[in-house]
Amino acid sequence: MSDTILVSIIMTLVAASTPILLAALGELVVEKSGVLNLGVEGMMLTGAVAGFAVSLTTGSLALGLVAAVLAGIATAMVFAVLTLSLTANQVATGLALTIFGIGASSLIGAGFVGRTITRLGPIFPAALSEHPGLRAIFGHDIVVYLSLALVAGVSWFLRSTRPGLILRAVGENDASAHAIGYPVIAIRYGAIAFGGALAGLGGAYFSLALTPMWADRLTAGRGWIALALVVFAAWKPGRLLLGAYLFGAVMTFELQAKAAGISWLAPEVLAMAPYLATIAVLTMMSLGRKTGRLDAPACLGKPFSAS
Amino acid sequence: MTSIITRRRFNFGAAAAAATTPLLGHSASAQAPVGIGFIYVGPVGDHGWTWTHDQGRKALEAHFGSKIKTSFLENVAEGPDAARAIRQLAQAGNQIIFTTSFGFMNPTIQVAKQFPKLKFEHATGYQRTENVATYNARFYEGRAVIGTIAGHMSKSGQAGYIASFPIPEVVMGINAFTLAARKVNPNFKTKVIWASTWYDPAKEADAAKALIDQGADMITQHTDSAAALQAAEQRGVFAFGQASDMSSFAPKAHLSAIVDDWSGYYIKRVQEVIDDKWKSGDVWGGIKDGFVKLAPYNAAVTPAARAAADAVKDGIVSGKLHPFTGELKDQKGVVRVKAGETAPDEVLAKMDWYIDGVQA
Repeated sequence: MSDTILVSIIMTLVAASTPILLAALGELVVEKSGVLNLGVEGMMLTGAVAGFAVSLTTGSLALGLVAAVLAGIATAMVFAVLTLSLTANQVATGLALTIFGIGASSLIGAGFVGRTITRLGPIFPAALSEHPGLRAIFGHDIVVYLSLALVAGVSWFLRSTRPGLILRAVGENDASAHAIGYPVIAIRYGAIAFGGALAGLGGAYFSLALTPMWADRLTAGRGWIALALVVFAAWKPGRLLLGAYLFGAVMTFELQAKAAGISWLAPEVLAMAPYLATIAVLTMMSLGRKTGRLDAPACLGKPFSAS
Repeated sequence: MTSIITRRRFNFGAAAAAATTPLLGHSASAQAPVGIGFIYVGPVGDHGWTWTHDQGRKALEAHFGSKIKTSFLENVAEGPDAARAIRQLAQAGNQIIFTTSFGFMNPTIQVAKQFPKLKFEHATGYQRTENVATYNARFYEGRAVIGTIAGHMSKSGQAGYIASFPIPEVVMGINAFTLAARKVNPNFKTKVIWASTWYDPAKEADAAKALIDQGADMITQHTDSAAALQAAEQRGVFAFGQASDMSSFAPKAHLSAIVDDWSGYYIKRVQEVIDDKWKSGDVWGGIKDGFVKLAPYNAAVTPAARAAADAVKDGIVSGKLHPFTGELKDQKGVVRVKAGETAPDEVLAKMDWYIDGVQA
């Protein structure tokens, strides 16, 4: 394997991992606050279509990214109002949010099918971003570096700040947090909004960077992978980063192996590899634990109403 | 990598529009409009396979106006569950239902038995009954034309082929492309990646990148999105569009495209339903019949490649050239088509072997 192929694989791997990482990081914060939002795929799609529509009409990718974040938040708010203010079932509402997101994005995007834009480019000058070797580090676009910074930020927020501690308290024991005076519902609104923002940004990474176009169901199920990744990472941002890049690596190597003509494995087996890896890691993690809850926040998915 | 949710959306708009027209003084033909249903495997916004079938549906509406009423269900998963979607359209009062993907074959046959008075048309399948007809396009003819261009234009002598599933339809396309390219360049190689999906833009793009990394400088595909073309454009290699003209996605890379056109067939068959002359049968139309078209060549296509591609196209239309003319051997050296003979349709419809030069 030559160096250029190796660098190229790294570039593809990072790009494939970034949207999953973003969406999963947002969902991690949501789940840490005790809410299970299964609507990640729906929020990614509304973000993707909003980002594309705004970039195409204004010619500004930056405005597109902002629009994607806002669209993700707006979609998430539908979920928040239903589950927090009206205490609807979170699982059912989350699934409905995905179906809603698929339909709404298709409706909004109908006029944008078949159009394309200039994709999000690297932020460093060409001397670094097109350097044959350093490209692997400096050749990425702003969203990639932002996603890495966000992992560090969320990790620090949850571990070392007082608001982070309160968010975790709300997720572990909502009744106690409420009793000592924390606004459980308001905190969860905030967490869901953050989750929506990152899912929207992750979705826009498809329509603005990976495949600069709009087509129905553009994210093709990555939202579900993001959801699985949160469990895979045992609700820890550091492990989430590892998991997202591992998943991206397996997906990229699968394609490279096929292109290189490595045919001792059936293509179907290679296609299963990322999912087999997920199941294997989950099984290994739950072995040696008695509870089987895998460090899940204790109030995850439970409705809360202040009484 | 498909989501566990499939979306079922009725095209109420078209139905409502057709229902209101009689109120506007349209009384010459008092007959109720003929209901026509479509089952799509992907979203109509894929700008690929499903999109071309929906263009056919729109052509029906433009041609027949208020005499018909069309509706469709999109993103219907292939397999047993499709029966539910087909039955839904059958119960909604449609008289003819087009099921537009290979995986709808068994469900179509099953539902057709329960509705013997309705007509069913299944695309790309091989099972027929009294009220189930099949239709397909000879895409391999288009593949032979673009294979000829690839043979002339490729510097590395290697093409990357993003394929979906190893069914005869796809295998036939890979062989036709490679055979045509090897007529120009006997050492030509086609590297195949099985994406195991018809539609996943990000994965199709990554597959194209992997193929380019491994030396391919021509990208072609049997998946439905334009993502691979964008990847080719970004990396500065050439590519061919699939199902529709995709040049807007890759103005420099897009050399041509195999364009599906179902409108002629749909109009003919619906007219037969209206005239009560519809009969079950099997139609496999090619370039000559207007089922398969080629998008305009890119300016980058060299005069030699252009002339050779046109010669192949003209030869196919006149019947002088068949893309699968022997002697053809599979990779184990077994003769599949004897010298001087052409592969009959039955052999093509069951093709499960590769010619030399294919790395699948």
